Amino acid sequence: MALPKAGFRGMPPKDNSRTEETPMQEIIRQLEEKRAAARLGGGEKRIEAQHAKGKLTARERIALFLDEGSFEEWDMFVEHDCHDFGMDEQRTPGDGVVTGHGLVNGRPVFVFSQDFTVFGGSLSAAHARKICKIMDQAMKVGVPVIGLNDSGGARIQEGVASLAGYADVFQRNVLASGVVPQISLIMGPCAGGAVYSPAMTDFIFMVKDSSYMFVTGPEVVKTVTNEEVTAEDLGGAITHTSKSGVADLAFADDVEALLQLRRFLGYLPLNNREAPPVRPTDDPADRQDMSLDTLVPDNPNKPYDMKELIAKIADEGEFFELQPDHAGNIVIGFARIDGHPVGVVANQPMVLAGCLDIDSSKKAARFVRFCDAFNIPLVTLVDVPGFLPGTAQEYNGIIKHGAKLLFAYAEATVPKVTVITRKAYGGAYDVMSSKHLRGDVNYAWPSAEIAVMGPKGAVEIIFRADRDDPDKIARRTEEYRQKFANPFVAGSLGFIDDVIQPHGTRRRLAKALRLLRNKQLENPWKKHDNIPL
Amino acid sequence: MFKKILIANRGEIACRVMRTAHAMGITPVAVYSEADVEARHTRLAKELGGEAVLVGPAASAESYLRIDRIVQACKDTGAEAVHPGYGFLSENKAFAKALDEAGIAFIGPPVGAIEAMGDKIESKKLAEKAGVNTVPGHLEPVTDPEEAVRISNEIGYPVMLKASAGGGGKGMRLAWNDEEARDGLRSAMNEGRNSFGDDRVFIEKFVEQPRHIEIQVMADKHGTCVYLGERECSIQRRHQKVLEEAPSPFLDQATREKMGEQAVALAKAVDYCSAGTVEFIVDKERNFYFLEMNTRLQVEHPVTEYVTGLDLVELMIRVAAGEKLPFAQKDVTLEGWAIEARLYAEDPERGFLPSTGRLSRYIEPAGRDGRVRTDSGCYDGAEISIHYDPMIAKLIAGGRDRAEALATLRQALDGYYVRGLSHNLAFLSAVAKHPRFESGEITTNFIAEEYPDGLTEADLQPEDPAPFAAVAALIQDRIERRERGLSGQLEGGKPDQPSAYAVFIGTVEKEEHDVGVSRGADADRITVGDRDLMVASDWKPGDPLFRARIDDVECIFQVDRDGAGWILTHDGARIRALVVEARHAPLQRLMPFKQPPDLSKFLLSPMPGLLVRLKAKAGDSVKAGEELAVVEAMKMENVLRAGADGVVKEIHAEAGDSLAVDQAILEFE
Repeated sequence: MALPKAGFRGMPPKDNSRTEETPMQEIIRQLEEKRAAARLGGGEKRIEAQHAKGKLTARERIALFLDEGSFEEWDMFVEHDCHDFGMDEQRTPGDGVVTGHGLVNGRPVFVFSQDFTVFGGSLSAAHARKICKIMDQAMKVGVPVIGLNDSGGARIQEGVASLAGYADVFQRNVLASGVVPQISLIMGPCAGGAVYSPAMTDFIFMVKDSSYMFVTGPEVVKTVTNEEVTAEDLGGAITHTSKSGVADLAFADDVEALLQLRRFLGYLPLNNREAPPVRPTDDPADRQDMSLDTLVPDNPNKPYDMKELIAKIADEGEFFELQPDHAGNIVIGFARIDGHPVGVVANQPMVLAGCLDIDSSKKAARFVRFCDAFNIPLVTLVDVPGFLPGTAQEYNGIIKHGAKLLFAYAEATVPKVTVITRKAYGGAYDVMSSKHLRGDVNYAWPSAEIAVMGPKGAVEIIFRADRDDPDKIARRTEEYRQKFANPFVAGSLGFIDDVIQPHGTRRRLAKALRLLRNKQLENPWKKHDNIPL
Repeated sequence: MFKKILIANRGEIACRVMRTAHAMGITPVAVYSEADVEARHTRLAKELGGEAVLVGPAASAESYLRIDRIVQACKDTGAEAVHPGYGFLSENKAFAKALDEAGIAFIGPPVGAIEAMGDKIESKKLAEKAGVNTVPGHLEPVTDPEEAVRISNEIGYPVMLKASAGGGGKGMRLAWNDEEARDGLRSAMNEGRNSFGDDRVFIEKFVEQPRHIEIQVMADKHGTCVYLGERECSIQRRHQKVLEEAPSPFLDQATREKMGEQAVALAKAVDYCSAGTVEFIVDKERNFYFLEMNTRLQVEHPVTEYVTGLDLVELMIRVAAGEKLPFAQKDVTLEGWAIEARLYAEDPERGFLPSTGRLSRYIEPAGRDGRVRTDSGCYDGAEISIHYDPMIAKLIAGGRDRAEALATLRQALDGYYVRGLSHNLAFLSAVAKHPRFESGEITTNFIAEEYPDGLTEADLQPEDPAPFAAVAALIQDRIERRERGLSGQLEGGKPDQPSAYAVFIGTVEKEEHDVGVSRGADADRITVGDRDLMVASDWKPGDPLFRARIDDVECIFQVDRDGAGWILTHDGARIRALVVEARHAPLQRLMPFKQPPDLSKFLLSPMPGLLVRLKAKAGDSVKAGEELAVVEAMKMENVLRAGADGVVKEIHAEAGDSLAVDQAILEFE
């Protein structure tokens, strides 16, 4: 039902109000028209096409991602300034990207969402300026930047101006790195130079079947190397979350991805000067879990699932795992203990016996550095038999890649709590947040074995002469096992602080983390370090 | 009375016997194998002030079946008597003899009774002599196919050809005509010879629409023998009982008495003492025929205990110690109803393939006024090994009548939270709510007829999705409220708590429910479409069980997080629910349904294990039945074969890889 039009202060409206609007009214009307045009993006048809691909529009994504009514859009009226190739005829307010800020569970974020319905979401100079503007502001106020990427690439009509736009974004990505969390959600194509902005953000999430990332696409690959490959196989969500490790998670669809991104942000502080967010929990910090006492099998060669331990020490059993399908021999992700977020790094005996190799070292190193940059304490769960041997590893530089994890742990100044559940052998023992790398609290389970190597290998070296006498070797092995296959030698040297019962692990971790909440530690002043990249 | 007894068994039955012994002031002694060092029965013996003796390596033949070691364990610990439980040595006459010679009491029947009932043909002859109805048949072994045909015609088709030592479906052949009788004889003889080293085959009438009903007897050494009612065990899968109940919904009092009297007559004929079970097959006219007598305690004895109020193990121990039964037949009354459900470590969604591994979460249902009993041989964090029976626990639910017992069972199954390996809880729930089971119209073919393909996706759909939608919305609502308590919020930024949600259920077709949540002090009013449900629950994030009163009915939903959504398990149904704020429903509707990958094109690992050998490579043409890969799990090599002729397109795993269940090993073109 249409309400009767009310005039100013109850005066009856003028009959000819529509034609004789005041300048102010005219501006407001134009504004509304522009807003309507901006909201429509590339128009009904393109929106339908976007939906037909199972994708939401840029604005729909923002609506899903942010708290209701919290989005404040900036630069809705920005238009490109290109006059070539008929571009001056085609202008859409906003120019293919929606930017602004809003709230996620009441906490502020800056967000840009590329609009594939407008020029294929391609990046113009104006489009880039909008992104740069929110990034600059996010840095000033210390608020995360979330990019929802869905772009065909550079705005070719603009030529080098578009490339400059990319570089402007890259520069800001780098400056913001370690200052505010930056997360990229790839929700459509992302190719060529465009990939390097997400690549420099902290986390990359992708949507299955509707997103891909590559530097050169299938056509170029075919021309240059004669390889035939689909976009999905070359750079789809599955490829990047399993083979390449470029992306951290793959989600089933846009809705799942955006809802999970909301959850994920709950673990991160707004910036590097802030503590990560606390969430109240009813899960008692001193909860014991007797089932952990049987987690480690008697047979040292039998695997067990380290993720069970993570779930059982975490608040409410919740573990937000990252890169589950890449380098499965190490597990990384966020959990909460006592309401406070922690970054968990754990060797996974189920995959490659939990050894360290190139992929797992790189995966964990970057995660450790993120946690350190953003004040998130590290909980490290150790069951590592050593580094993976082989020419493939050596030729590809395990020395330098393994050193990344070592370096990351050694430079980290956040609280570091370590639990050795079983094997901690060789150099890998040192790497895994050992006492020697400024580990704050290092615990061992009674099943822990801290040694240079496994008993059998050690005996075959020490007693080389007895190599052909299996009885002697067996006896010596048993001797070695007696001496080192327990936490006592390391304990006597002070390399571990205490031997704890598995069932009390959560309680002890919570206590240690409370103690470390005000930890103060600074590395010597430097311009930056020189991690072996 | 004995001061110390040894329990020559493991798992739930060892625990169950030990508890009664302990309650009687008797010290229990457990035996265990190397695989059972951390087993519940091993731990329990020590907790109850007793001890546990290692009797050998994991393989039963080297431990639980080693008579010499068990007798030695008795001597070493000074145990005066042995309770054998069921299975293992419980019906082994050599064991009873060895104990006898060592002067140790056997808590079971005399050797003669074990011997007499141990042979199918012998026991049938004995039963006939004692006036027990037997299945019409021929009691002499048959070897000539033509003779088999003649006898079959005499009995009248259909007939069953059975190897003497056969059982569990092995060495048994059904024949409806002469030709099948000839073929059946040959294959039954072959299987008997190959599986049991005994090719004697006899022929008997095949009973149609058969029910399996058994009579519990209990006798002392002073001539008293009573029957303690019946148990119906018709819900079986390949002769393995799944659900049992007492009394039977099918028997009338007259039949019950006739069966009971015949069972007692048989027991007396062999000078029986201790607990025993006489199994009958009952046809649709309530004609009953003797099958066999089990000279031991049965797995399903708790249902009899519930309706009689007796502790059968206690009676067995007292009888073995020479005491008289403290009651006579006229004192035995049956009251109430009890149903037992067996928890197996097997996957009903995968052809009941046995599963092994660690119980990463094991929560037994809460007791309810003594009407829920869990007899279990495992615990939270226990390992289920490949070496022993896949039955890991049993759940017994009672009530004043069958309907009440069934309701209790269904709820208790919902409160039974088991994770870490595949199990049959969903299957048990599905059977428990099946209309045919509910009506009591069951036969031993029930599972084969109703679940020919095991449990399927269709079986897991709820009849009424509204409570699922309500529970999912309430869970999400509490999560949302908790998320709003995060620190670091912008001043004035705390978002309003939503009160309208859309719940999307299922993965195949998205079923959408509009759900309103209006929170109350004691209960929340949840509006699902045009229905109002009052839900009272103290569930909080992280609880695996959502216990609630929904419209004043108590119920339990199992809750597991799955990405942004939830998996809810309740009453034999399992769904995934995604809950979004109502304003987002139009967006979720736009999301495409993604067909799960066609797994028929893949060779999948049926269990977690190590890929030991891979015999195919990309481009190979393989024939159906050809060996493709070997997966080792728990020291057992499992050969994976090609299901059909095909060409290998791609290899996804290499020898030496650790595989997860359902992980693709290779892909066909």
